[in-house]
Amino acid sequence: MALLTTNYLTPTGREEAWRFTPLKRLGGLHDSSSAILDRKSLVVKGPSLRGVNFSRVSRELLSPQSNSDDVVVQRVHAESSDVAFLEVSPNTKVEEIIHLKRFLEGPLGAELSRVKISIGENSQATVLVENSGLVTLGEDIEIHVGVGAELTFISLQEWETGSIYAARHHAMVDKDAQFTSITVTIGGSLVRILPTVEFLAPNSSAELLGVYFATEGQHFEHRIHVDHGVPRAKSRVNFKGALAGDGAHTVWIGDVFIRSAAEGTDTYELNRNLLLSDGARADSVPNLEIETGEIVGAGHASTTGRFDDEQLFYLMSRGIKVEDARRLVVRGFFAEIISKISDEVVQERLMTRIDDELTKAGA
Amino acid sequence: MSTLEIRGLEVSVITEKGNIEILRGVDLTIKSGETHAIMGPNGSGKSTLAYSIAGHPKYTITGGSVTLDGANVLDMTVDERAKAGLFLAMQYPVEVPGVSVSNFLRTAATALRGEAPKLRTWVGEVKEAMNALNMDPSFSERNVNEGFSGGEKKRHEIMQLELLKPKMAILDETDSGLDVDALRIVSEGVNRAKAANNLGVLLITHYTRILRYIQPDFVHVFANGRIVEEGGPELADKLEEKGYAEYVGS
Repeated sequence: MALLTTNYLTPTGREEAWRFTPLKRLGGLHDSSSAILDRKSLVVKGPSLRGVNFSRVSRELLSPQSNSDDVVVQRVHAESSDVAFLEVSPNTKVEEIIHLKRFLEGPLGAELSRVKISIGENSQATVLVENSGLVTLGEDIEIHVGVGAELTFISLQEWETGSIYAARHHAMVDKDAQFTSITVTIGGSLVRILPTVEFLAPNSSAELLGVYFATEGQHFEHRIHVDHGVPRAKSRVNFKGALAGDGAHTVWIGDVFIRSAAEGTDTYELNRNLLLSDGARADSVPNLEIETGEIVGAGHASTTGRFDDEQLFYLMSRGIKVEDARRLVVRGFFAEIISKISDEVVQERLMTRIDDELTKAGA
Repeated sequence: MSTLEIRGLEVSVITEKGNIEILRGVDLTIKSGETHAIMGPNGSGKSTLAYSIAGHPKYTITGGSVTLDGANVLDMTVDERAKAGLFLAMQYPVEVPGVSVSNFLRTAATALRGEAPKLRTWVGEVKEAMNALNMDPSFSERNVNEGFSGGEKKRHEIMQLELLKPKMAILDETDSGLDVDALRIVSEGVNRAKAANNLGVLLITHYTRILRYIQPDFVHVFANGRIVEEGGPELADKLEEKGYAEYVGS
């Protein structure tokens, strides 16, 4: 058991990156107050697949390829004993979904987890990470999408109440490569994810999709950062959230940087929030910084609103009860993104969970 | 045999500037099998009448009554009105993103019939209704009203009218935005629903053109929030010729 004693700059809550986060509820992941267990909770689910290799690699053999100014990520880099390494060989089309999940046993305690996903040149794969159980977990997932490769990365936060998850999901997208992520956050007490993208070479593209549904007392934070530092890369961001119940709080930050070298950039980001009851709060901050005018397009939109009375009226005028009408509207709201998860069982499970949350919240 | 009875109906819209009175005492009785056309200039309150009967929250009833077979419609929630047998075909049907037409129709049919329709017969029912209205089968996989053309929206409304089988239908400017072919197809749908269910129809329109396809038994002229003249089908011909000038501005 290692104790966090390193002298990172512990956030105070006044920093821009931390001003929305209730630090007291981070379970000590951001300072040195939590004991760290060497748990290695991330495991493969299902049979092994051709061209796919999952192993534990010692940290000395696989150092991080990207830096972060996030204190949790820095601690993960410094403290985690090894790296969970998922590798897809070059020129491999993996038809099946590569399934990862959490295996938790033994005493409760905090875990720092470093993950590396590497998709070889011209390969295609879908990786699905199912996060469930009771955890205090700091994690850095570094993803490299090789030249001409395509990756869909799906991350499901279905944590138990009481769980704390602070993570970076960092994609490095190479020449002619396509990265798609779908981030779903519906469980846990405090979830703070940094979905970040760095384009390594021109003609690369990234689509970051997400849904979140926070109910009473939950804090769900997604801080997107897309760095356009090379020419002709394309990015799309679309996150949709719903909130119901006292103290439900969501934070969505959409930082997109277009550096002077990034001519021909095409980017658009969107965040929509549906407030289903009083006492919930949605913060939504899109932010675009542009250092060159030679771009294809750059835009953002953010909306936060309540149920559309006209939609409810239309459905109810066909005999549908108000609760059922609301359920239809919320399901429809999320369907745009959930329908893109290529596993129907998972789709239906998430929709049922959303229904249940809605019922529980009495919204 | 059903009767929709509207007595002295007064309706306001509450805005920041205060109450705006729109309906000033509307009296109208519609029985099963009858078709009543309400005609009037823009802004006369025709659509307000339609939405007030259906229970849209924007409108505040300040006086009068609406009953269906003696039951107080104004006391009912919007879905209860539909369950009682009222149907509103909207002029501007609302988009519901992410909800497919087939899911929507089945949810509505389940709510109105009190149990989920048997899948096998239901699929046939929907197919038949779509065929009759010249709609492509792929239509049922699209999201409700999302990206529909004006004509598709109106066909979708009339398809619901045929599938949901109400006792009384209010058609709010169903003819607007339709070309001649679409107008004929939609009108035939209304006539089928009339014949099949002895439907009572309140047909709200600005133009007489739809009355060539859907024969009214009564014509009411609407101006300044009330009915100002009533007659048979011949009244529509008079309006066609002379317009609404004599009813407004005075």
